Amino acid sequence: MKFLEQLRNEGRGQDLEAIINHIPYAKFLGLQVEQQGNEVITVLPFQDHLVGNTTLPAIHGGAVGAMLEMTALLQLLYDTQCQGLPKTIDVSIDYLRSARGTTTYGRAIVTRRGRRIANVRSELWQEQRDKPVAACHGHFLLKPATS
Amino acid sequence: MNSNDQYDYAEHLAQIPHSNALGLKMLSFSDDKCELSIPYAPHLVGDPETGVVHGGAITALLDNAAGMVARPVDMPRDTASIATLDMRIDYMCAAAPNQDIIAHAHCFKRTKNVAFVRAVAYQQNMDDPVATCTATFMLGTRNKAFATTS
Repeated sequence: MKFLEQLRNEGRGQDLEAIINHIPYAKFLGLQVEQQGNEVITVLPFQDHLVGNTTLPAIHGGAVGAMLEMTALLQLLYDTQCQGLPKTIDVSIDYLRSARGTTTYGRAIVTRRGRRIANVRSELWQEQRDKPVAACHGHFLLKPATS
Repeated sequence: MNSNDQYDYAEHLAQIPHSNALGLKMLSFSDDKCELSIPYAPHLVGDPETGVVHGGAITALLDNAAGMVARPVDMPRDTASIATLDMRIDYMCAAAPNQDIIAHAHCFKRTKNVAFVRAVAYQQNMDDPVATCTATFMLGTRNKAFATTS
């Protein structure tokens, strides 16, 4: 991704806001990012188009999954200072509670970073950080094999 | 009352705000199988330099297809709902830009409380999937509006 290379060359390899603004799907969701020290916090303000169940109402499981994946990717980009866009290999998502019509927050921990593969855990919460709405662990390919 | 013949699943899909925003379309529906598609659109892109759709959009497509097929057709819609317990997605390859992605979901087992679903996302050929997915759903959760918190 040329954009990441450019950011890195400008010494902005950890400017996640610039990255988010560059990804159309992140903008579609309305995802924002806050950096607190080395911890990346993603923020998803509630919008009507995120709703998956209008009766409850609750945010669509797909939007929850997308945010979990994006949170993991952003923490990984931050930790690796944008040495290329990691590719998602797999994600396992646990839906713990309904994500209600309010702001959702996300954080992620890179549990292991190898040469080629990284293991990342991420979780989302709403009003209370100790009551997560969803959790995920995933594997990411750091350096796609060049043939 | 909500038999498979009478219920309009395409209309149901159109009524879900997020599915509508993603542009999901119903291709086919039966008791235990369904196919949805997501037409290629600029706002779904995850990497603007290649035009490849973001994995999150595929997650949403698979979740929607798996959830719709998990629900028993005779479950009353006004009172009972279903909840995703977990979902595992393996991404096999990047989806080709400018092409629709199709999700084919199959509910292969329902017990009293839980439905088990497998799904694949593909473009040209179901045997060459973009992503595969296994999901479980809790059946018969209550479908009642949350009490508003002050």
